[in-house]
Amino acid sequence: MIFFELFYTFFLIGLFTFGGGYAMIPMIQEQVVSKGWITESSLTDFIAVSEATPGPFAINISTFVGNSVGGVFGAICSTIGVILPSIIIILIIAMIMKKFMKNKYVQGALSGVRPVVLALILSTALVLFIKVLFFKGTSLKGEFEFDIRSFTLLVILSSMLFIYKKVKKKNLGAIKLLGLSALLGIIIFTV
Amino acid sequence: MKIGALTFGGGYAMIPIIEEEVTKKRKWISEIEIMDILAISESTPGPIAVNTATYVGYKVAGIVGGIVATIGLTIPSFVIIFVISFFYQDFMKWPVIAAMFKGLKVGVIILLFSAVLRLRKGVKVNLVGTILFVSTLSIMLVFSFIDIGFKYLSLSLILLGIITGIVLTLIANKKEGSK
Repeated sequence: MIFFELFYTFFLIGLFTFGGGYAMIPMIQEQVVSKGWITESSLTDFIAVSEATPGPFAINISTFVGNSVGGVFGAICSTIGVILPSIIIILIIAMIMKKFMKNKYVQGALSGVRPVVLALILSTALVLFIKVLFFKGTSLKGEFEFDIRSFTLLVILSSMLFIYKKVKKKNLGAIKLLGLSALLGIIIFTV
Repeated sequence: MKIGALTFGGGYAMIPIIEEEVTKKRKWISEIEIMDILAISESTPGPIAVNTATYVGYKVAGIVGGIVATIGLTIPSFVIIFVISFFYQDFMKWPVIAAMFKGLKVGVIILLFSAVLRLRKGVKVNLVGTILFVSTLSIMLVFSFIDIGFKYLSLSLILLGIITGIVLTLIANKKEGSK
């Protein structure tokens, strides 16, 4: 049953996501891409779409995948799946509250999970970096090909970010960054 | 619900808006309380925005409040993405849009790297943490290249982190006990 599978998959993803949307990406790659629900490349596109539209990434991605696999009802199943673990866990914690968070075993578990999550996000970034710059069709199974245009864009964007940070003393927002990369992308990839 | 509609770009972008709306304008909860809530939202499973909405909702109006707040947060994103996904396939056929998305891929790479830098600040550097970090990173990279298609890899690594943390606390407790 596809609807139950959507619900279950996103329930699992919601249950094991610590520290916000990006931590979810490696798990979505493993679970959703391997089932053939969406391709790796459209997942990356969707991260950009999700950043440029309102709302939390988790809800956006589950709605998107759910809809493309099982229509409206699919989207509802996967979105409920992804928020249900939060609702249950937070309600329980809110009821028994502070004592729980100060428990040293809970603190211990958190100190163990944080470096793992950090490494998961970093590995996602590195693998994506390698795929986009060095492989045809942005897949590790594709032919080896150095993408000089993406590389140029990466260099331009990173130096712009660096200069912005030096001058303005703060980071460029995600939306502005994506707007800039979309604009430069159109220029670089159509000429 | 208003918060969901206004938040671009994931949980972290949402935090200042939640603070503003919930503490200053509506006086639902105090500033100190919201800090606690954010800490809990970050360290429990699930998306941060969803966690925070549930918690605030519960504080204001009990269990029903928690559920209503979460649904309110979900609906705007749900509707917007739902509409977008209908146009998405057709859009991608235009060369300009395809070029735009190639550019956006590079933007996403930068976003992910900067997310790592930002989150790094919250992680205490110690021996075990470094070992966990390095081993997770190398396992993930190796497995990405040989592609054995194990679906529960990052899930198992997260569990491993949790278990390591708890075991270390147990050991620390024993040591204290024997002194």
